[in-house]
Amino acid sequence: MEAGMVTPAPALVRFSGIQKTYDGEHLVVKNLDLDIRKGEFITLLGPSGSGKTTTLMMLAGFEVPTHGEIYLADRPIKNVPPHKRDIGMVFQNYALFPHLTIAENIAFPLSVRKTNKAEAQERVRAALRMIKMEALAHRRPGQLSGGQQQRVALARALVFNPQLVLMDEPLGALDKRLREQMQLEIKQLHETTGITIVYVTHDQSEALTMSDRIAVFNDGIVQQIDRPDALYEHPVNSFVAHFIGENNVLPGTVETVDKGYCRVVLAGGGAVTARAINVSGAGASTSLSVRPERVAIVLDGTSGEGPNRLPAKVQNTIYLGDHALAVLDVAGNGEFMVKLQPGAHDSLSHGESVFITFRPEDCLALDPV
Amino acid sequence: MTDALLTGANAQAEVPLKRRLRRAERARQVKALALVLPLLVFLLFTFAGPIAGMLWRAVDDREVRQVLPQTIAALASWDGRDLPDEEAYAALASDILAARAAGTIAIAAKRLNYALNGFRTILTSTARNLKAVPERGTARETLGKVNPAWRERATWTTIKAASGPVTGFYLLAALDLVRNADGSIVAAPPDQAIYRDIFARTFLISLGVTALCLILGFPVAYLLATLPPARSNLLMIFVLLPFWTSLLVRTCAWIVLLQSKGVVNDSLQWLGIIDAPLRLIYNRFGVCVAMTHVLLPFMILPLYSSMKAISPAYMRAAASLGAPPVTAFLRIYLPQTLPGIGAGSLLVFILALGYYITPALVGGAADQMISYFIALYTTETANWGLASALGAVLLLATVLLALVYGKLVQGQQVTGGMKD
Repeated sequence: MEAGMVTPAPALVRFSGIQKTYDGEHLVVKNLDLDIRKGEFITLLGPSGSGKTTTLMMLAGFEVPTHGEIYLADRPIKNVPPHKRDIGMVFQNYALFPHLTIAENIAFPLSVRKTNKAEAQERVRAALRMIKMEALAHRRPGQLSGGQQQRVALARALVFNPQLVLMDEPLGALDKRLREQMQLEIKQLHETTGITIVYVTHDQSEALTMSDRIAVFNDGIVQQIDRPDALYEHPVNSFVAHFIGENNVLPGTVETVDKGYCRVVLAGGGAVTARAINVSGAGASTSLSVRPERVAIVLDGTSGEGPNRLPAKVQNTIYLGDHALAVLDVAGNGEFMVKLQPGAHDSLSHGESVFITFRPEDCLALDPV
Repeated sequence: MTDALLTGANAQAEVPLKRRLRRAERARQVKALALVLPLLVFLLFTFAGPIAGMLWRAVDDREVRQVLPQTIAALASWDGRDLPDEEAYAALASDILAARAAGTIAIAAKRLNYALNGFRTILTSTARNLKAVPERGTARETLGKVNPAWRERATWTTIKAASGPVTGFYLLAALDLVRNADGSIVAAPPDQAIYRDIFARTFLISLGVTALCLILGFPVAYLLATLPPARSNLLMIFVLLPFWTSLLVRTCAWIVLLQSKGVVNDSLQWLGIIDAPLRLIYNRFGVCVAMTHVLLPFMILPLYSSMKAISPAYMRAAASLGAPPVTAFLRIYLPQTLPGIGAGSLLVFILALGYYITPALVGGAADQMISYFIALYTTETANWGLASALGAVLLLATVLLALVYGKLVQGQQVTGGMKD
């Protein structure tokens, strides 16, 4: 997928054939092979139970792989205890030590490493400056807001210059506004320090905002690893198409396949041309994926270009401030979303019959859901 | 104009609003009070009342005053340097005759005998031998003849010291102190000075039991707090099991186990580890073992509740930051259990201080704690003054400890950093 790109940085972490089971019956992580490059911000994205947190915990050393080996800087670390791995970690609920002050919390990794006092003090001061909390150095964690605690947890995980920082849904407990602000702060921190960050989240917009690469997990398997834009534009299967961004699904059957494109007869009537991404051949059932912003609404059945034109009935329009959505009934899919241009939503009325058009290259034929 | 009107309207509305708020608050307070009232009344009658009574008895000294009122009145102006004047002797003779008629001599005799050994004999023999009110001016001579003790200053200072209505006598005695004939406080003679040793022994045993409970209880509490719920519930039942058995039964079980022909000694002999039975009971060892067993749950439960509140994420965080397990335990886990350790230790220590039945059953003569003596003076010798004074000293020591603990906890305030 990344053909033609510059040579990727060497792998800092390599998961090789990793399997993990808790109960001895079903695998939480099934045969994971994953390279994490030095200096990148990689996000493990997936729904809960997809194995992303287990993967992170195995990397941190809190879980042992049932099978396979993990390499950190080419050294196998399966049997290295967490405190010897030199990996910083930011936890979901911050896990700041409640009996220590902010400064003591940040100094903790330095003092267990027996860093000399003067240097430790200087590094704690620098860390506090970095998170702009010098004035609160002597407060206890309980006296801070959630966002402040999050910053302290970040500073604490970075202060000892680890090879790698892991973040386990670190923004999950914050409200939306603060979360967005922290996303930018973490991203900025990554750019200024150049440290390798492995980030776990189930929030796809968070992953898209921050990551260099995203590994989409589902059902214990990495579905796709790619840059955010590539994931959005070129999902390899229906799961990724659904999980990243908004997506309209139209089930159908492949009629013909020709030069990367296929003709699909929709289950709800009509036929369209789509890019054949994940179809086995003529006669196979498929799910078409179309992004809401790649669809145009036309009022008559003749204008507009291309072979993909389907009749639709307006169900509803939703006003969202910066844009509006039309909810249409298209070929039996009653929740077909179309992103409208500003001001366009007034012209559509409930129950109105219209047509939708989209380009064949914007319609992906994927595996059936 | 409009603004002024508005402010006026607001001000008018504000007063009734405040009053309404107060009324609503008052109704709520009355309701809250009504809810706790039964308990308050109960505590007043069963707890505050008896304790106040006990404290009062520790200083109450009206017995001699009631039996020998004229003597006390006559001694009021006596400076205590020489023998008292004739008037006091006459008053005493008259008091003794009156008390003999009323049958109250023994009450005063008992109280005066606490202060001066043999006073009971002096008073009863005088009462027996004094025929009638002596002639005017001959009371000193007559009483001196009836019992030569009346010619000694110490006899009279004893009566004056016991004239009440309140006294520090019992409290001083509880601390092995006495007031000498000159009225200054000095150490009690060695044969009477026993209570300091007993207090020291009480504190020592309590401290030992507390330490044992902490050492034994900490790992159990840790296990309880970290095991999966199903297994920790089972373990919790074992911890709480002793509460379902009577204290007496548990103590007697230790007698069965530890006596010289008991299970432990027999097993050890059978295994050939020892030749002659070890002395495991009726000594300090037996007391500590039995008390530790009884008090262990009071240590485990507070420890458990403090450990339960410590998220496992802290230990993970410590490990990820580079702390080896022992360092993580000492610097992160242990400090967070301090409130639990403090609460458990205080609870066990205070309970142990007042322990009576266990040491009485499994201890030897040299292992009896202060409560044994309180019980002795209350039930056997009916010396309620001394019993109350010992109780008061114990209470004071306990309250001081609780205050010290409160201060320590306040300085060590731990608030959670976890937002769940």
